[in-house]
Amino acid sequence: MNLLLVIEIFVAAGVSALLVRNAMTTNWRDAGTGTYVGFGMAGLLLLAVIHYYFKTKYFPVNPDMPEGSFFRWALQGLVIFGISGWFFREFGKAVGTEGSRRLFRSMPVTASFGVLTILAYAFVALFAGPIPLSMVVLVAVIGALISGVTLNVSGVTAMRIGYGITVVLTATCLVMYFCGGLAPYGEAEILPRANLLPGGNAATGGDPAHLLGTDQIGRDILSRLIYGARNTVGIAFITTCLAFLIGGTFGFLAATLGGWTDQVCSRIVDALMAIPQLIFALLLMTIATAWAGSNGALITLYMILIIAVLDSTRVYRLSRAVGLNIVVMDYIEAARLRGENLIYLIFREILPNATAPLLAEFGLRFCFVFLTIAALSFLGIGIQPPRADWGTMVRDLGQFINFARSSPLTAALPLMCAGAIALLTVAVNFVVDWMLHQSSGLKG
Amino acid sequence: MSPVPRIILQRLALGVLTLLAVSILIFAAVNALPGDFAQAILGQSATPEAVEAIRNDLGLNEPALIRYLDWLFGILSGDFGTSYSQIKFVEFSGESAAQGGIANVYDQLVPKFKNTTYLAFVTACIAVPLALSLGILAALYRNSAYDRAVNIATLSSISSPEFFLAYILVLYLSVLGGFFDPVSNINAEMTGWERLTATMLPALTLTLVVTAHMMRMTRAAIINLLASPYIEMARLKGISPMRVIVHHALPNALAPIINVIALNLAYLITGVVVIEVVFVYPGIGLTFVDAVKNRDIPVVQACCLIFAAAYVLLNLTADILSIITNPRLRYPK
Amino acid sequence: MPDKEMLVKVRDLKIEGRAGEIWTQIVNGVNIDLHRGEVLGLIGESGAGKSTIGLAAMGFTRDGCRISGGTVEFDGIDLVNASAPQKRSLLGRRIAYVAQSAAASFNPAHKLIDQHTEAPTWHGVYGRTEAEEDAVSLYARLRLPNPDEIGFRYPHQVSGGQLQRAMTAMAMSCRPDLIVFDEPTTALDVTTQIEVLAAIRDIVDRFDTAALYITHDLAVVAQMADRIKVLLKGDEVEEADTRTMLAAPREDYTKSLWAVRSFVRNQKPPAPGNEVPVVSVKNVVAAYGKVPVLHGIDFDIHAGRTVAVVGESGSGKSTLARCITGLLPPLSGSVEFDGVALPADYRKRNRNQLREVQMIYQMADTALNPRKTIREIIGRPVEFYLGLRGEAKRMRVEELLEQIELEPAMFIDRLPSELSGGQKQRIGIARALAAEPKFIICDEVTSALDQLVAEGILKLLANLQDELNLSYMFITHDLATVRAIADEVVVMKAGKVAEAGPKNVMFTPPHHPYTGLLLSSVPEMDPDWLTTLLNERGIDNIGDAASEKVG
Repeated sequence: MNLLLVIEIFVAAGVSALLVRNAMTTNWRDAGTGTYVGFGMAGLLLLAVIHYYFKTKYFPVNPDMPEGSFFRWALQGLVIFGISGWFFREFGKAVGTEGSRRLFRSMPVTASFGVLTILAYAFVALFAGPIPLSMVVLVAVIGALISGVTLNVSGVTAMRIGYGITVVLTATCLVMYFCGGLAPYGEAEILPRANLLPGGNAATGGDPAHLLGTDQIGRDILSRLIYGARNTVGIAFITTCLAFLIGGTFGFLAATLGGWTDQVCSRIVDALMAIPQLIFALLLMTIATAWAGSNGALITLYMILIIAVLDSTRVYRLSRAVGLNIVVMDYIEAARLRGENLIYLIFREILPNATAPLLAEFGLRFCFVFLTIAALSFLGIGIQPPRADWGTMVRDLGQFINFARSSPLTAALPLMCAGAIALLTVAVNFVVDWMLHQSSGLKG
Repeated sequence: MSPVPRIILQRLALGVLTLLAVSILIFAAVNALPGDFAQAILGQSATPEAVEAIRNDLGLNEPALIRYLDWLFGILSGDFGTSYSQIKFVEFSGESAAQGGIANVYDQLVPKFKNTTYLAFVTACIAVPLALSLGILAALYRNSAYDRAVNIATLSSISSPEFFLAYILVLYLSVLGGFFDPVSNINAEMTGWERLTATMLPALTLTLVVTAHMMRMTRAAIINLLASPYIEMARLKGISPMRVIVHHALPNALAPIINVIALNLAYLITGVVVIEVVFVYPGIGLTFVDAVKNRDIPVVQACCLIFAAAYVLLNLTADILSIITNPRLRYPK
Repeated sequence: MPDKEMLVKVRDLKIEGRAGEIWTQIVNGVNIDLHRGEVLGLIGESGAGKSTIGLAAMGFTRDGCRISGGTVEFDGIDLVNASAPQKRSLLGRRIAYVAQSAAASFNPAHKLIDQHTEAPTWHGVYGRTEAEEDAVSLYARLRLPNPDEIGFRYPHQVSGGQLQRAMTAMAMSCRPDLIVFDEPTTALDVTTQIEVLAAIRDIVDRFDTAALYITHDLAVVAQMADRIKVLLKGDEVEEADTRTMLAAPREDYTKSLWAVRSFVRNQKPPAPGNEVPVVSVKNVVAAYGKVPVLHGIDFDIHAGRTVAVVGESGSGKSTLARCITGLLPPLSGSVEFDGVALPADYRKRNRNQLREVQMIYQMADTALNPRKTIREIIGRPVEFYLGLRGEAKRMRVEELLEQIELEPAMFIDRLPSELSGGQKQRIGIARALAAEPKFIICDEVTSALDQLVAEGILKLLANLQDELNLSYMFITHDLATVRAIADEVVVMKAGKVAEAGPKNVMFTPPHHPYTGLLLSSVPEMDPDWLTTLLNERGIDNIGDAASEKVG
């Protein structure tokens, strides 16, 4: 607790120092009223936050009522995220190749926090449950193969880095193989004690074996939260990849061929986009559930297909636009006049120039798909039980929010699931924002 | 001769065409259902006679084209069909389905539609002015501490699922603060003020989401504009920064800003579904989700069409407004 | 002119520009002295920092630039340390600006006259009505058509040359002491350029305004400026009054700039009458959709010869190139290669037909794929057409790099972004050569380049022609380039051939009226050229008016 306090004071000092530095560099002579008002308000806000934080912590009005605990958790979370992002960036600046170090130097703290969070989610998603030994071997073999190939393409340094990464990955997999997954219990494992309160304190109705308690039918909430990462993130990732495959293919074809192909594809996409996406998804899911009956896995599969197709319309628009911008370049004209075929044009001339916007778009699309799936699951028509997923969990645990006065930790459960969704999308958005800023040069 | 009326007519025709395409799409999707409605309503145990009775009653024996045209002309004359969930099974075991208990989808949806429109209106009233002023401020003080803070805040707000924001507001304004009721009970007897407070929580949640989007787009549109040579020219005339923004940037930013507003109002339509479910707000979104779960096809069809029509009309309006505000089109060479 | 009062005094001006987070100096200590009523020409190639200095003399820096040292004084007022309101009270009222692109610098949402009267009414120089009356008189003075009415149009309703004059009028609206002209005629055709130059010079003389005239065109600055300052990469090279500078430049760099215009290749004798031309364009008619662009074009290009196709923007010269390459199949007529008609659409041509016709583009930036190394860019046609691989391909690529005078070992693994403009253009040439063609279309290949670099490219092309017996079709709007490299000239106007013939015939009088107009509209290095021309032709017979008469 004292450590936390130290960190908090440290950060409060840091934020005020930032504010002061900003004030110092401002050209006060040319500053308008707006600038003064802005600084005044920022200062007041900072004071208010610090005041409320310490007042509720040490001088609560009513000791039985945990006033301000959500506020303090949020603030502590923010501070910890900020610090971890900062440390990760410093780490990135110090370790790695010249290129990766330069990348980290150009990052704002938000972006490095984003990268760190994405890595953490990927880790949790991959190792939520026990992994088979074959996967460890597979990682080692594929890594070695890819690194070997890079020798021919990008030289010795790239190969060494490749091998380094492979060794680290394989080692991690091996460790996780022996640990047997991050989740303490199974995804759908029904345990004898239902409705245990979170906190792990037996006196307040908890159990140290279930840190976040159990749900109405006795499943361990922490385990389901961890498995939720694998299901929700994994399914969203697959869906986005599929959307890119469909949308990207047609988009670049339309841009390169133009004329008739372009007209047909674009009109179909126009019609599909005339219906709001979530509404259309809901309509199609109605039909899909009728087809699938009570087969949960099949419903999930249909959902992946439906969202991928609907989302591919956006990808189509973007890749067509990006493609059209590249197609008008003289080097494409030169390649056409040389007599190059369509495959060469798309893969060798257009695609290498489209990677940056496509990568950024992938991030945005992933967020969108992720949120759509979460929304569908929240409405009860997405990922089907017994598979754990965050959207469904929010819906199931939603009523706990009413216990906020008596047991803040219980009320925090639905927020935790929803926050897990939000955190990843925020992280991806931070990274994308930085990437777009980088590629747009000095604009804005 | 100004080309504006001609272009607007073209856009209107295009809008009608889009709506037609949308209706075909929805109809085709619904007709991809396995078996047919009659079977779906009555379940596996239904007698063939009962199934046949419903088929006849609902006109399912007609060819698809006839059914589509029937449906389309029905909608045009305000008849959205009959809601299945209201059909009493017993009545179908008898001879006729024509008597009692069958709710008209149109009558069912009208009050819901009014509620949703009210919610969207309240949200727009808060969000549009807020977002525009925040966006213009961020563009003015770009790259300042304010701009960065706003950037992080809006990015986080956009990234969060709507129900996350909804629960946070419930936590603070309802459970802890006690200002509003977490469930929006709207009924006809309420006074205007009661209704407004009951709508406030969902409206605020939607505001959070929409404002963030709208503010970012406004900022981007204005910054894009501030880089143009004519803004530099205006600054080099020695006029005040405020006049540069108001007199030189804003008239040209109108079209992009109109687009931003329309786009976000259209976004409201999607957002409204989840929010209405969270707050049990008796609007069209909640009806839609319920109908989806009950497989009440006529209601699903109707809701879907209403959402799509609103979406298309909003985009159409934005399109036409930006044509009207474009001096290049208003005053041809 | 020591008798006149000093207006602008810049001392040791240093300006930094930002790339990412790093600030680098782009102007390294420039001094400017400008007296009342005097015109100072700032001249230099791209990257010389001319515009930045021009704006800094107004106390203004663009985003991403900052003044890092030195002083700027305007009429005794320190502009570097002046407050923003203080600067605003000067801008528009006592210091005005005329930008390069009038079309982009007028606000599209307001009428010309509203924009014109903004500065005088804001600064309280005139009331609204007076300002409008003054606008009309200025428009008349600048010889704009319908001065009473033109102000009530929107910018997009007015042509480029007229907009540029309207902007000069706007700058004049408060009768400022200083106007900064930033390349005001660069974007205009030569025939339009004259009327703008004449108008600017007239009005600056009339109101005795001091001006900084920024341009890269020596001949233009010779007409406009009393004194000239030469800049190179943010450094001063030298300064002298116009006549001295033109007659006897001191520094080597200045001399080399002057010498650029002296490169002329000897004209080759006409090909024998019975020789089959390499390319023969026969009665080509073409249109974009329903807009007709070319109306029956006919000419031949013989082996080892250069045909220059000259015309102003919109004359259809680039469309002609697209017809020959097959990107735009002509509506009627044909293109013959070695006496055999080529299929109209490039997709129907075989690989050998495609190989024989190559193209070099105006913008080397967009002509080279930014993601490919030089090895890949040049190697691809070598492999594609000639089937060379491995070692043979590498050797051929190196040989080609040597032909275009670039050191293979240094350049072969670079990306286009690591090359200068001239080097990129050379790579474009190497890529065309790699196909071993007989005929190359050069589309404005030198117009995006600085004069010294452009001359290098022209010399290289001339040498390659002699070595490999290539035929060129040289598309350009610049008559100096034509004079330097052409054997034959085709003058195009509005999609038709106005005149065609050997270069020496074209360049000696009597001219076809349009050719004559083009030729006489190109500014010359003589400071009296504009005055003489105006006296000869009369003020009403320049620019668009003259162009319409001969058309």
